[in-house]
Amino acid sequence: MPALASISVANRAVLPIRSQEDIVRVRQATREHAVAHGFSLVDQTKLVTAASELARNTLDYGNGGEVEIERLIDGIRKGLRLTFTDQGPGIEDLEKALTDGYSTGGGLGLGLSGARRLSSEFNIDSAPGKGTRIVIARWR
Amino acid sequence: MDRIPILKMGPFLLVTIQVDMHDQLALQLQDDLTGRIVAVKARGVLIDISSLEIVDSFIGRMISNIAGMARILDAETVVVGMQPAVAITLVELGLSLEGVRTALNVDKGMALLQKSLEDPEVEQ
Repeated sequence: MPALASISVANRAVLPIRSQEDIVRVRQATREHAVAHGFSLVDQTKLVTAASELARNTLDYGNGGEVEIERLIDGIRKGLRLTFTDQGPGIEDLEKALTDGYSTGGGLGLGLSGARRLSSEFNIDSAPGKGTRIVIARWR
Repeated sequence: MDRIPILKMGPFLLVTIQVDMHDQLALQLQDDLTGRIVAVKARGVLIDISSLEIVDSFIGRMISNIAGMARILDAETVVVGMQPAVAITLVELGLSLEGVRTALNVDKGMALLQKSLEDPEVEQ
């Protein structure tokens, strides 16, 4: 991971995640920012898919929250950073939550682990009672 | 709106997903399709996802569910038209769409369904 000091934010947007329609909006906004930042179709698709997984988690497990989308510039590198925040119940066992196939909600258990694989950088901060904050970035 | 149309073509059902589905719409399609399979005694389901720009774990699960339910109702499911970028992403996401037959386009998908109707021994 590069030194944070060299990274500048070219553009920033914040979207609420309160309904299933908001998940669709997060997908569309992520796509728009990725296109505007010159991401290839495969990179766009990976980022939008990761955004969809994390937005759904924010809604289903975090009782809703928001996402901040930032276009990053680091010298000649361009990236997109997504920060998902909720004030939900938090995650008790992070290691378990990041395991393929583990789910407390009846899903496939691929959302979190899959989103991590689809991102170049992945950071999760969560504890019971204090909500969850997940930051992903992908560089092109 | 908020319903994806299901077309009947002979013994088969045809679905083309052309919108960015929210989760409830995906679940609705799952219910509608299983209902229609029984109502028209369909022997096959063809799902065209060529307009879908992403398939995440929720939509992936819906596709697997449809194929599983259809099989129990004696109908084959073929998913056609997946975009290459979507296929690449699916694999990295960790979704294998197990038990789901795929074909490159509608023509090939229909041929596959037709064939499974003619010789049901040649299965999976």
